[in-house]
Amino acid sequence: MQVTYYPGCSLQGTARDYAESILGICASLDIQLAEIPDWNCCGATAAHSIDHRASIELAGRTLNLAAKLPHADMLVPCPMCFNRLKTAAKTLLGDNPQRYGIKLEGPLPQIRDLADFMATEKMLAATAKQVKKPLAGLKVVCYYGCMASRPPEITGAKDFEDPQALDRIVENLGATPIPWPFKTDCCGASQVLSRLDIVSQLVGKLYDMAQRVGAQAIVVSCQMCQANLDMYQQKIEADWGRRFSLPVYYFTELIGLACNVKGVKDWMSRHITDPFSLLQELDLLNN
Amino acid sequence: MSQKILNPDYRLLEQIEAQGPFQAAACFQCRKCTNGCPVTFAMDLYPDDVIRLVILGQQETVLGCRTIWVCAACETCTTRCPNDVKIAELMDCLKEMAVQEGVPSPQPQILTLHETFLNNIKKRGRVYETTLLPAYLLKSGKLLEMWNSGTWRYDLKLGRQMFSKGRLPLRPQSIKGKKEVRKILTRRKQG
Ligand code: SF4
Ligand code: SF4
Repeated sequence: MQVTYYPGCSLQGTARDYAESILGICASLDIQLAEIPDWNCCGATAAHSIDHRASIELAGRTLNLAAKLPHADMLVPCPMCFNRLKTAAKTLLGDNPQRYGIKLEGPLPQIRDLADFMATEKMLAATAKQVKKPLAGLKVVCYYGCMASRPPEITGAKDFEDPQALDRIVENLGATPIPWPFKTDCCGASQVLSRLDIVSQLVGKLYDMAQRVGAQAIVVSCQMCQANLDMYQQKIEADWGRRFSLPVYYFTELIGLACNVKGVKDWMSRHITDPFSLLQELDLLNN
Repeated sequence: MSQKILNPDYRLLEQIEAQGPFQAAACFQCRKCTNGCPVTFAMDLYPDDVIRLVILGQQETVLGCRTIWVCAACETCTTRCPNDVKIAELMDCLKEMAVQEGVPSPQPQILTLHETFLNNIKKRGRVYETTLLPAYLLKSGKLLEMWNSGTWRYDLKLGRQMFSKGRLPLRPQSIKGKKEVRKILTRRKQG
């Protein structure tokens, strides 16, 4: 299967682990990723915060490049990029396209959140066939964050208050997703560099609840959530005066682990909070 | 939170809606937005206050408040509002207006981060994270703050780890269409 692919900036840098795990599992599932030639940054929080017009035009430029590729689906792993691209598409197809200095040229591919795509019946079945070592005994909470679901008017999400995509994926791998109430509560990623105190409160609450429902780890599909929950865990533990010790895995890493895809240890070695001890304890780390 | 209403200028709502629509006038003050907001603890006005004060033409108050800057853009309010008020989008509109009108941000570091980020993409069309952080730390004065509070030790350790784990690329990526990107980003008046 061939799909259009928009990696986004952070997958080429701080989220290299996410990027590599995506390439790894897509190869093993026979999905060919056609990266949009010459794509640009979606503008992220900065653009929509202080330059609305640029936020639409930046994403619009990339959409026009995507429209030149023949594939029906466009996969976007970063929920922020996904949200901005969907917003631009909706805005430029809406009532006031003349406000913007860019016009959509040609029909767009379907813009799809990667986790959502991997949770379709078809992809779950294809993944199940590849599972070599089910993740038995691994109890996790799936954390979705904001941008893949909200606002539903933009994302098209139906179960935006209680999304299921990641839960379905990890269950399909043999792990146990524990239901919990904070699936879509904000982690404050946009404030991590300017107001770490806000992040500490928001993320501390997530850790606390994850621990209370008996999760051993947190599963995410967003590299900003991952960075926020993984990199600052020690600092937040100090603020809260508690140990949480919760590894934060990308769902793609867990697919790779269960399907015995090469490179899993390399991907995870880029995490800051120890991802290995738990997997060793559960005897899941043998490749 | 209680507010003094002074010299209402009712054109404000019109002026803002022209950038929208945000449907602010449909607000019936149920406070659902505020009740679901994760960062009210850091705000000086609650999200529903902001909507009400926009309707009441309190330009100075809404453009100068901390709320619009500490808003995490999580979209919970917009998602849950029974009247389809686009609260989060309106917060963005107010930030942009504040910058355009030269109203100083009570959270200057947040504005500096946004500007540093946009300047970073302007150079090559994509973000280069390796220089984003140091540039921001210098410009925002955060470096000094970290030094004084001693938190630099944790951040330095983190930076080193990120580097040794290969998560800070040594070479930036540049795109062919960077001029187009630059053009999109140069219209804005800098705050
Ligand atoms: S949720 Fe909507 S109607 Fe209710 S107070 Fe907020 S903006 Fe007004
Ligand atoms: S978008 Fe901003 S105002 Fe709305 S709920 Fe989230 S943090 Fe609060």
